[in-house]
Amino acid sequence: MDFATFLIQLLNAVQYGLLLFLIAGGLTLILGIMGIINLAHGSFYMVGAYLAWSLSMHLGSLWLAIPAGIVLSVILGLLLEWLLIRRLYRLGHLQQVLLTYGLILIVEELRSIIWGDDVHGVPMPELLSASIPLTDTLAYPVYRLWISAVCVVFALLLYVLIQRTRLGMMIRAGASNREMVQSLGIDIDLLYRFVFALGVALAALAGMIAAPVSSVFPAMGNQVLIVCFAVVVIGGIGSVKGALVGALLIGLVDTFGKVTELPIGGLRFLPELAGMSVYLLMAVVLLWRPAGLFGKSS
Amino acid sequence: MQDNQNIEERKMQNRKRRELLIGASALAGASLLSPIARAQSAKLRVGLMLPYTGTYAQLGAAIENGFRLALDQSGGKFGGREVEFFKVDDESEPSKATDNANRLITRDKVDVLVGSVHSGVAIGMLKVAKESGTLMLIPNAGADAATGALCTPNVFRTSFSNWQPVHPLGKVMVDRGHKKAVFITWKYAAGEESLASFKEGYAAAGATVVKELFVPFPNVEFQALLTEIAAIKPDAVACFFAGGGAVKFVKDYAAAGLKDKVPLYGSGFLTEGVLSAQGDAAEGLVTTLHYADSLDNPRNKAFRAAYGKAYKTEPDVYSMQGYDTGLLLAQALGKVKGDIGNQKAVIAAMEGALIDSPRGQWKMSKAHNPIQDIYLRRVEKGDNKVIGVAWKALEDPARGCRM
Amino acid sequence: MSRSNTLAIAAVVILIALALLPFVAEKFTVQFATRILIMAIFAMSLNLLVGHAGLVSLGHAAYFGIAGYCLALSSPQYQAANFWTSLPLAMIAAGALALAIGALVLRTSGIYFIMATLAFAQMLHSLLHDTGIAGGSDGIFIYARPDIGFFGWRAFDLEKFGDFYFVVLALFVVVFGFIGVLRASLFGRVIAGIRVNEPRMRSLGFATFRYKLVCFVLAGMLAGLAGYLAAVQFGVVNPDMLGWHFSGAVLMMVILGGMGTLAGPVIGATAMLLLEIGFQSLPAVDGINPGKHWQLPMGIAIVLVALYLPNGLTGLLRRGRADE
Repeated sequence: MDFATFLIQLLNAVQYGLLLFLIAGGLTLILGIMGIINLAHGSFYMVGAYLAWSLSMHLGSLWLAIPAGIVLSVILGLLLEWLLIRRLYRLGHLQQVLLTYGLILIVEELRSIIWGDDVHGVPMPELLSASIPLTDTLAYPVYRLWISAVCVVFALLLYVLIQRTRLGMMIRAGASNREMVQSLGIDIDLLYRFVFALGVALAALAGMIAAPVSSVFPAMGNQVLIVCFAVVVIGGIGSVKGALVGALLIGLVDTFGKVTELPIGGLRFLPELAGMSVYLLMAVVLLWRPAGLFGKSS
Repeated sequence: MQDNQNIEERKMQNRKRRELLIGASALAGASLLSPIARAQSAKLRVGLMLPYTGTYAQLGAAIENGFRLALDQSGGKFGGREVEFFKVDDESEPSKATDNANRLITRDKVDVLVGSVHSGVAIGMLKVAKESGTLMLIPNAGADAATGALCTPNVFRTSFSNWQPVHPLGKVMVDRGHKKAVFITWKYAAGEESLASFKEGYAAAGATVVKELFVPFPNVEFQALLTEIAAIKPDAVACFFAGGGAVKFVKDYAAAGLKDKVPLYGSGFLTEGVLSAQGDAAEGLVTTLHYADSLDNPRNKAFRAAYGKAYKTEPDVYSMQGYDTGLLLAQALGKVKGDIGNQKAVIAAMEGALIDSPRGQWKMSKAHNPIQDIYLRRVEKGDNKVIGVAWKALEDPARGCRM
Repeated sequence: MSRSNTLAIAAVVILIALALLPFVAEKFTVQFATRILIMAIFAMSLNLLVGHAGLVSLGHAAYFGIAGYCLALSSPQYQAANFWTSLPLAMIAAGALALAIGALVLRTSGIYFIMATLAFAQMLHSLLHDTGIAGGSDGIFIYARPDIGFFGWRAFDLEKFGDFYFVVLALFVVVFGFIGVLRASLFGRVIAGIRVNEPRMRSLGFATFRYKLVCFVLAGMLAGLAGYLAAVQFGVVNPDMLGWHFSGAVLMMVILGGMGTLAGPVIGATAMLLLEIGFQSLPAVDGINPGKHWQLPMGIAIVLVALYLPNGLTGLLRRGRADE
């Protein structure tokens, strides 16, 4: 691999990792702060993609569709939390797994009823549809650079929210000691509702901005979900910084794994097992350092 | 005191238990008894096992439309009998294939099974059809084994084998000076069989595949591999993608600036039914397939007109295959005057059938696969124009078939 | 009449009814019943972990799937494998996998345990889906059912749906009995004790890790039995048999039926499959086809069970009775 190609693959890896971070960031907040295993998180990613498709058709452009989609997903998140998720706080992990699994089925079928089952492409906005030539054979789509930029912006916003605001302080406090926060007069239920809506909105936003490059199709959330659990585990449950590092790490492993030839004992270990290596990494972290790279050791 | 309470509690529980059992058995009974209650009729029972959801949903709908058009043109009857349809959504899931096929054969008691699009599903159906002896027609799935190692007397295919459409492509590319190519496709049976066939044809023309790239099915994230292709700088790229994946790949290929630097070729599925979605990115693409919308023969013109009138949309290769499936059934049942129970005669009729298809006339090979011309096409102004015949009367080698 | 007598009589009645099924019901019903029995075995194996030992595994389908793949890989290409060699082989493979994975994941607990079981199952799924070692995403077809002949004497022919049903029924009864005996044994009671209070069991001198590992391996082997039978019935194995969606579905069956009870998983598997086929068979009304969208009422049912039926259906049936 020559240097130019290496840099471009690095760019591919970072772009994929940043998008993963946007989804996994919400998942780690929900898991770390609310203690809820949310199997339906991938479904919100899918909802975002379908919203991007249908809203951009009705409103005429992706630029209008994205803010509209964000508003709709926040409402969806608030509604879901109020209706279902808040009943899970006093129940165990088993009930959470079950309820969110049922939620996946419900969301999948509602999507099928509302939007049908065809595969759709979402057109890129005119402004971003060019490609920048990088080598004599390869050009890089501007849109993909824009995706990375959006993810970076939201990563910074998330950082500011959690580390630099009172709300963020309450969120962090609520994670470590629910009762204490309540006794301080802070409405923990409202706080949790906000965190859940935030998580849903981030996943949906990721689906929206990725829609033009990933296509919109049924069950598109399933793959993403499991990879995001890997991100959360590797980075540390509850740590947004960890989610960023974990996501970038997985982006690197996945992208470079796909294009490296590494035969081991007759088996084309790479690139065929690039997918498996992500879970291998997840298992290694769980066994060696369960709290993840940036999680709190229990 | 304790005993009295226990007796009362137990009475309550027994009542609740009875209610629960009655409710559960009602639900079970209703769903299990209804097929038995179905009255016997003289209608021909056709089981359609197609994808009505998922990546291939469009293809499933097109096949059914084509089939129904052939039925309509046959006066709404095959061999003098009206048709009753039983539909199952196979969801392109091979693991549910035997279950679904069983449902059609044992519960709905279909006379003929039509399906599927996905090769894995079709193989599962084939196994069930083989066991039960039910007549089975494959309107799309190209798994080589279906008319190869697993060939069966009561199974016919009206579409193509994965080996066929892409085989002539190698020679086409060599004739244009591309001796070193990269092949990229999904890692599943259809992709791997296309690759094998392409390699065979390409090597026979004196060229080599320098790299084989696979994407897990049905993944459509191509960015890393496109970068890889750009780094390799081959003479050309050949591929196999279909449906939504074809849309994405062609668009991504163009967006990566590769379209003008490294020419892209593929089996015709790359540009079937997806040209409007691909837009300019597909302009100029050369592909090989056993059909093209723009085929200039009277049969095709009539077919396209009739289909457009009936369904208000343009037909594609999948609609044509569905149509030919209907034609085959009409011809065979016509010969046996609707007596589908006389399977030997039905099979003989199908083996000897000459199908006057929109793709041109074709006959069945000994292994029950079409012997057909493969056309060379180029995308011009959003249409697949036929620029030649890449191979005349190409017959699948039916490796491993013992019929 | 005492409770255990009522239950025993009920069990015998049900068993007789099940044995008579192939003589009175049509082929589709018998095949469906076979499917229920196989899933019941799978659910019982998971219940050993979840209900009895308190270990929530989200990767149990791995052992189910690997046994199926074992059969597919050990069958000569278009011929039947030998039932008496391929079944133990498949179960040992599942058990060995459970031993390897269990030894690692049992070092974690709580949510990390759940995630770890998920991670290993997904690893195996990726291995089988992304590489060509076992047919990739299409899986492998098993063209002929295993030959259950015994030195030439063929009492049953698994290709016949009736015979296959009886073999599955017999195995189901054996597994049911085995788990019943296991629960009542010292081993079973230690496992139950570990679920309730592990540190106490350890202070009593029990090597709890070893007990949990043995439980994990047993659960894996029984899941393997179910997976083997499922592969025989469907004639195909593919990576989705190991996927987390499937692990979730069987977990649902265990909870729906009632965790920790003997009959619970059986009731749960039966109820879930009946619900599935019931929802799928809903008649079309005015062009709307609810049968196509059966996962919607199924998902709603699952959500309701999660919220309102912590003790599952057996809990419903036993309400009012004093706790065990």
